[in-house]
Amino acid sequence: MTRENIVKTINSLLIEEFEIEESVISPDAHLKDDLGLESLDFVDIAVIVQKEFGLTLKGEEMTSIRTLQNLYDYIYNCYQKK
Amino acid sequence: MNRVVITGIGIYSSIGKNLEEVKDSLLKGRSGIGIDQARKDIGFQSGLTGKVERPQLKGILDRRARVCMPQHAEFAYMSTTEALKQAAITHEFLHQNEVGILFGNDSSTPAVIECVDIVRKTKDTRMVGSGSVFQSMNSSVTMNLSVIFQLKGINFTVSGACASGSHAIGMGYLLIRHGYQKTIICGGAQEVNLFCVGSFDALGAFSKRESEPEKASRPFDKTRDGLVPSGGAATVILEDLDSALRRGAPIIGEVIGYGFSSDGMHISVPDIDGPIRAISMALKDAGIGAEKIDYINAHATSTPLGDQNEARAIDTIFGSCKPVISSTKSMTGHEMWMAGASEVVYSTIMMQNSFVAPNINLVEPDEFTCKLNITRVTLQKNIDTFLSNSFGFGGTNSCLIIKKFH
Repeated sequence: MTRENIVKTINSLLIEEFEIEESVISPDAHLKDDLGLESLDFVDIAVIVQKEFGLTLKGEEMTSIRTLQNLYDYIYNCYQKK
Repeated sequence: MNRVVITGIGIYSSIGKNLEEVKDSLLKGRSGIGIDQARKDIGFQSGLTGKVERPQLKGILDRRARVCMPQHAEFAYMSTTEALKQAAITHEFLHQNEVGILFGNDSSTPAVIECVDIVRKTKDTRMVGSGSVFQSMNSSVTMNLSVIFQLKGINFTVSGACASGSHAIGMGYLLIRHGYQKTIICGGAQEVNLFCVGSFDALGAFSKRESEPEKASRPFDKTRDGLVPSGGAATVILEDLDSALRRGAPIIGEVIGYGFSSDGMHISVPDIDGPIRAISMALKDAGIGAEKIDYINAHATSTPLGDQNEARAIDTIFGSCKPVISSTKSMTGHEMWMAGASEVVYSTIMMQNSFVAPNINLVEPDEFTCKLNITRVTLQKNIDTFLSNSFGFGGTNSCLIIKKFH
């Protein structure tokens, strides 16, 4: 999967599933402060990432993901290691 | 002791999605019963059920709220929104006052099944998602609504089988009467889905009259052959009289009596003595004689023995005065955890509009039910005081007496 595809998939999930306004989505957007996501939402993000990308997000690794760019990078890097 | 009044009611059921629709159905004796083919497909003995449409809450509640709500919490959101509006209770009022919530509920099935299915399949609990735990708990309705409406008072769920909704109102009444709370959102909720009544169907307790769904629920009729499961939600806002008067709230009724008992007998076979004790306690609590009851909304679910024993209990107490009786379950089916609350709402609608809804499908009573004054047609009648009976598995009994506010 290309980096572009990862960005496109994640963004559309945030818009459709999490009902986040498209206008606030940008790579440097903070998941909590800018997108309004909370800890319970990260549980659902982990499910979605597993279903969409076949990757298991581990709790301890999730704590370092603070911005959308962090999330894109995390998924991309996991793919590289696969 | 504080007087406890009703300042708002709301309803979402198989016979209407709001008070106006339900009033129309009650007046016309309209049934809300149909067939769910999916139940037959997975092996139910009976596919009969109350048909309740799922409300569309996208755009009304945010995702976080919706993800945590099972279907019956959605029903309860609808009925509670309607009741709060009628009671003229605003968001500011909820924010500034200690308003509580007590709902009757006794199951929350799909999330439990889905969670187990996911874990068995994936062997990973992380795949269950965030909403499941909140959807699957028995207190799901009260936990969700208390957050949505930002309530600050008492907050828990009453589980008393098919008397749950009635006991919730009874508990609210006691708490306000004794000064612990001033305003409580009471009610009952019942899920309607493929899995929630499978174990009940296993007992063979449901009507098999699938060829005539609207005639299947026939309380007190000689040919009754079982109950028809149904659901939805009903809300009754209770307030202490002084607070209600002070804020100029509309007062639509007064709870004057609550009686309860346990049969102490059998887990599923209803008794006669237990209901007699609960009705007697409610009358004593209300400080009135049996002759003061204008209307009885019977528990009568359309099961052979249940209706017979309730008829015998009612006849024991009301044999000399014979108040008008109907079971609205003839139209709605058995709304189970919600029934005790919804039947207070149905009866309050009748009291407000001076009519008694018919006990439809009663063609011929049996040797016990023939002793009761059951109306088969809509009656124009002034109701000053009514009794609502609710009984449940384990022999739990709850009786409420409501009076017009004078």
